[in-house]
Amino acid sequence: MIAFILKRLIQSVIVMLAVALIAFSMFRFIGDPVNSMLPENASAEDRQELREQLGLDQPVTVQFTRFVTGAVQGEFGISYRNKRAVAEMIAERLPATLELVLAAAVFALLLGVPMGIYAALHPKGVLSNMLNVISLIGISVPTFVTGILLILVFSVWLNWLPSFGRGETVQIGWWRTGFLTVSGLKSLILPAVMLGLFQVTLIMRLVRAEMMEVLRSDFVRFARARGLTNRAVNFGHALGNTLMPVITIVGLQLGAMIAFAIITETVFQWPGMGLLFIQAVSFGDIPVMSAYLVMVALVFVAINMIVDLLYFAIDPRLSVRA
Amino acid sequence: MNTTTFPNSPLLSVRDLSICFDTRHGPLRAVDGITFDLAPGEILGMVGESGAGKSLTGTAITGLLERPGRIDRGEILFEGKRIDTLSAEEMRRLRGRRIGAIFQDPLTSLNPLMTVGQQLVQTIRTHLSLGKEAARKRAIECLAEVGIPAPEARIDQYPHQFSGGMRQRVVIALALCAEPSLVIADEPTTALDVSIQAQILDLLKKMCRERGAAVILVTHDMGVIAETADRVAVMYSGRVVEIGPVEKVVRDPRHPYTKGLMQSIPRVGSNALRLTQIDGAMPRLTDLPSGCAFHPRCPRAFAECKRTKPAALPVEGGHVACHLYQEEPV
Ligand SMILES: Nc1ncnc2c1ncn2[C@@H]1O[C@H](COP(=O)(O)OP(=O)(O)OP(=O)(O)O)[C@@H](O)[C@H]1O
Ligand code: SF4
Ligand SMILES: [Mg+2]
Repeated sequence: MIAFILKRLIQSVIVMLAVALIAFSMFRFIGDPVNSMLPENASAEDRQELREQLGLDQPVTVQFTRFVTGAVQGEFGISYRNKRAVAEMIAERLPATLELVLAAAVFALLLGVPMGIYAALHPKGVLSNMLNVISLIGISVPTFVTGILLILVFSVWLNWLPSFGRGETVQIGWWRTGFLTVSGLKSLILPAVMLGLFQVTLIMRLVRAEMMEVLRSDFVRFARARGLTNRAVNFGHALGNTLMPVITIVGLQLGAMIAFAIITETVFQWPGMGLLFIQAVSFGDIPVMSAYLVMVALVFVAINMIVDLLYFAIDPRLSVRA
Repeated sequence: MNTTTFPNSPLLSVRDLSICFDTRHGPLRAVDGITFDLAPGEILGMVGESGAGKSLTGTAITGLLERPGRIDRGEILFEGKRIDTLSAEEMRRLRGRRIGAIFQDPLTSLNPLMTVGQQLVQTIRTHLSLGKEAARKRAIECLAEVGIPAPEARIDQYPHQFSGGMRQRVVIALALCAEPSLVIADEPTTALDVSIQAQILDLLKKMCRERGAAVILVTHDMGVIAETADRVAVMYSGRVVEIGPVEKVVRDPRHPYTKGLMQSIPRVGSNALRLTQIDGAMPRLTDLPSGCAFHPRCPRAFAECKRTKPAALPVEGGHVACHLYQEEPV
């Protein structure tokens, strides 16, 4: 198992280096930042000074090494747009995005898993068919449309929930959380629903398909043949085996949700990394963009690691062999 | 159980059982009016080509027939009481407790995420009112009885830590841990290595004999039947064409199909039932021949065979369903 973890760690480092290279290449190929940072009439000395300050006068390899060593220490340079340390800006925005994604994932799991189980246990039921149709709609409607509809209904017509921002937040260390205030929680609902809705359908369909498969398997038939109660068979034997593959997908989807959060954050003006990224793109703020890229990749890699470790915890067949 | 009717009343009595599948093109009859009795402690072998309806019969007895399939005629009596009309919950209580089942593949019959002990304890506690500790003690005893070495240690292991043969022993322990009086073993050794098939069969036989449990042993292997069973039922196309004591049926088969089978007995341990003596294949359910379903392949078929289904004629210890024997005195 330790060998396995080491192997995954090395793989992760390689992935991160590759991402760093891509992020770094953006500096080289997307225009000269100095032009966009200084006024048109800036003197040559000013330009040279800024160039040195940003390290752009060094050879490429040195710049890349500096980028990587900086990134490892959480240093991504200075934003072209607001001249602040990128790391600081990311740290400010990261909690908002992670809280949004977490809320959306919990929402998706709490709704998707029971719906999937129900549909698998009653494949011919009226409610199952309804869930299927609804989930088809859920998959085919673009998320920004659901977001706008949510705002229209719950903010504009009913005026129950805020349509933008995070509400009041509480600072805990460097983490700014919206979980502890009523307005923070209320602000979280609509964006989390928008971000999670697609995942609800996905998880429901996945759980349903997996569970129906497991219910047909020999060990479930044998469990029934031993006279175990339906509850013991469905939840004790079938569900556990269903959730194995579901964990993988949900893990991957967590990564995908961080990426999708860009849309949600734009629709709801949610002050997270996604919104920061969109603003950076429109300004050509490369340090912010590359830092975002590296951060998202890091979260992806970390989630993958955690999923693999969860497998070890759940599946006895793995822990012995390794 | 108060089966105090008369001393040698059958443990299981299947009367004119028919099973059909409702399909888009109408009902398909997969089991067509089979009748047989099983005495307490008796081992009944069941043979027949693939698709003859052997597994379906077992499934119907355990009450596990699924959706499109249903019993459309006949009845099943167990310990003198009808069980085919029981509610799902009543049938569940019977399953595992009074009627045990063993399936073909030990590699897939156990839940990979639970230890062998958890699965045993769960089964024991479902049927017997034992505390956790007592159930665990009993589980260890069960494992010891099926010949698993060091059961105290192995009880906490997962199925993948057992070999195929050991896993089938665990399956037998699971099926017998609540002491059922009937065990339905559907090809219990087919998936196993040839070298351990005989061991597992011996174990199954010994365990059931000790407990006085009756067995329906489904297999493709006439050799296994000859060695293990007391009586044998030969199935063809959803019917029991011949049933009787093993020595009788093996040495002196009456039905032309059984005769063909006996000439093709493979060596003990070989899986395949090769009907080299009988040309052709069993008909599909969708186009069953008229009259005797065996007539297109039967070397002795005559005019009547195409017209009417042969009725079951009682012969010593069983019956035979063939027009050749309609007039024969019992
Ligand atoms: N769900 C189903 N729908 C339609 N027909 C079915 C269904 N399940 C089984 N059958 C049919 O029922 C018949 C009997 O099946 P069964 O499984 O009892 O055969 P078997 O004698 O056990 O064969 P094998 O030796 O291959 O195990 C087969 O012809 C099969 O095609
Ligand atoms: S009834 Fe006729 S066709 Fe059928 S087995 Fe007997 S002789 Fe052959
Ligand atoms: Mg079968």
